[in-house]
Amino acid sequence: MSQDNKVHDDEGAVDINLPPDPSRRFWVTTACAVGGVAGVATVIPLVSTFAPSEKARAAGAPVEVDIGDLAPGEMRTVEWRGKPVWIVRRTQAQLDGIKAQDALMADPKSLRPGFTPSYAQNEYRSRKPEYLVCVGICTHLGCSPSAHFNTGAAAGGGLPSSWEGGFLCPCHGSTFDMAGRVFKNKPAPDNLEVPPHQYLSDTRIIVGVDENNKA
Amino acid sequence: MAGEKSVETTGLLGWMDRRFPVTSTWKAHLSEYYAPKNFNFWYFFGSLALLVLVLQIVTGIFLVMHYKPDAERAFQSVEYIMREVPWGWLVRYMHSTGASMFFVVVYLHMLRGLFYGSYRKPRELVWIFGVAIFLCLMAEAFFGYLLPWGQMSYWGAQVIVNLFSAIPFIGPELSIWIRGDYVVSDATLNRFFAFHVIAIPLVLIGLVAAHLVALHEVGSNNPDGVEIKQGPKDKHGRPKDGIPFHPFYTVHDIVGVAGFLIIFAAIVFFAPEMGGYFLEYNNFVPANPLQTPPHIAPVWYFTPFYSMLRATTDEFTWVLAGSALLGGLVLLAKSNLKGFMRLAVPGILFVVAVLLRTIDAKFWGVVAMGGAVVILFFLPWLDHSPVKSIRYRPTWHKFLYAIFIVNFLVLGFLGTQPPSDVYNLTSQIGTMIYLAFFFLMPVWSRLGTFKQVPDRVTFHPH
Repeated sequence: MSQDNKVHDDEGAVDINLPPDPSRRFWVTTACAVGGVAGVATVIPLVSTFAPSEKARAAGAPVEVDIGDLAPGEMRTVEWRGKPVWIVRRTQAQLDGIKAQDALMADPKSLRPGFTPSYAQNEYRSRKPEYLVCVGICTHLGCSPSAHFNTGAAAGGGLPSSWEGGFLCPCHGSTFDMAGRVFKNKPAPDNLEVPPHQYLSDTRIIVGVDENNKA
Repeated sequence: MAGEKSVETTGLLGWMDRRFPVTSTWKAHLSEYYAPKNFNFWYFFGSLALLVLVLQIVTGIFLVMHYKPDAERAFQSVEYIMREVPWGWLVRYMHSTGASMFFVVVYLHMLRGLFYGSYRKPRELVWIFGVAIFLCLMAEAFFGYLLPWGQMSYWGAQVIVNLFSAIPFIGPELSIWIRGDYVVSDATLNRFFAFHVIAIPLVLIGLVAAHLVALHEVGSNNPDGVEIKQGPKDKHGRPKDGIPFHPFYTVHDIVGVAGFLIIFAAIVFFAPEMGGYFLEYNNFVPANPLQTPPHIAPVWYFTPFYSMLRATTDEFTWVLAGSALLGGLVLLAKSNLKGFMRLAVPGILFVVAVLLRTIDAKFWGVVAMGGAVVILFFLPWLDHSPVKSIRYRPTWHKFLYAIFIVNFLVLGFLGTQPPSDVYNLTSQIGTMIYLAFFFLMPVWSRLGTFKQVPDRVTFHPH
């Protein structure tokens, strides 16, 4: 007995207490399932419109930089994929400072994956000890740290007196040394990202591409 | 007449009533909606929130007529509104002041609910819709803040969108998807504009309607936490402790509106920037993707939650993990949970304790910040006190509420300040107090000697 059996009550209505016809139930379920698939299929293109457009992807092209006129202790910022990329020519004192501070670093050897290409997984996190190339975006929440190259008491900004020069993120107080390595117990979980880059000559580098053609 | 409903009204209203429930809706929600007669000033803030919502929508519509959602022109178009559009400065200041005042009013409205137990049975859904409105409001404020395209707009958005990159595995891809670019850019501005002017407001209005429908279904609570529907009734079946919302509370609320508008106008005309709290000084500098300002802080209404985000460092996750472990052990030893839940809840706490030390602190900062809002959804089930209203709770409960409020304000202050060691420790303690207030509520809310709740509401005619 189902609602499809023509059994009417005294007033000629179908008894709503009877179960619906099983074959109707099948078709209702099928229609909902197929309709649901169509609905989901429609949502996919809408959701996809959120991804970076072709224009944004194209803007991620590599950038060439001339570093011939960079003096020791000087820093230059270039834009790659809309992000600041720092190129710092480090002095010998700064390089010594990096060496001395291994114990204070969260990841002194840059072993955590994703932020350091293999050619920069060394003491100074660079291809040539003198030059640091890194993305100036804090690995915590994306602020751009500021350079604090003065050492010791001259550093200011609430930095410790043992400061050997480095970067301070103004947003949440993460500190990084002259190799972009994050200090222990700071909000930032990782060292600053070293972007894929290579030397075209002694004075020219290209950021955004390396031997592995990893853009 | 055949096919027409028979109604008591005549004329045009009668014609309408036969086709649309004008009179019955008016009665159900206004002239025959009986609200307790003992409302105090705390009950202004619901209607004030509605007023500010209307104000924001109206001023927003006029701002959209002059604003350009384009990274090249957005900043300039806001300055154009301020300097060249006739009265544009007023419309914009009303909108920016309205945003801050919305949060003032809503925080006080929520505090009222906390004091008088307005989230307790049968008003759980009223509260849940309310918390959802609060979440929408936060989203609306966040999306709107990017639009002027100043330094704070830009870097604030950068930080918040990067929160999502903390989610394990999918995070980095997710944050690119949200921005539509590798950094906050024109694409981000355009979509935030769409969210701010249409998507979120639509949801917000729907939730406000649901909030009111749910409220009118169960009836308003009051400062005594007495159910007037269960009290004595007159011969028409109306609760003796209730008065019709209209005209009594409509007139009452107009007093609140007048007071509010005096303060509102004073801010709009004399201190629209509110010393950098309503409009931050750094936002008068156009966005520069290559340089973060030396100190960035969100607008004041987000700062308590922002403090909790900053407080969660790697060291602090030890404290959180320890608390979760301890909580799990206590629950295992003695709890009134039954059956499956008896083991499942401590089990979940143990897993959380382990995860707290295996996933980055950055992720847990985001969880602490989000959790601080989400936990409000569970308030109806966390509070086990035998009385609703703070009036009949033990005196030391009032101290707990006082500590909670002061703590929230301190966290708010710390969120506006640059990071430092002392402040960081303070905000970690503050975060623990905030979390403990809610997580331990099932325990502390039933302790102490409660006062006798009267049968009728306390009311002294003037």
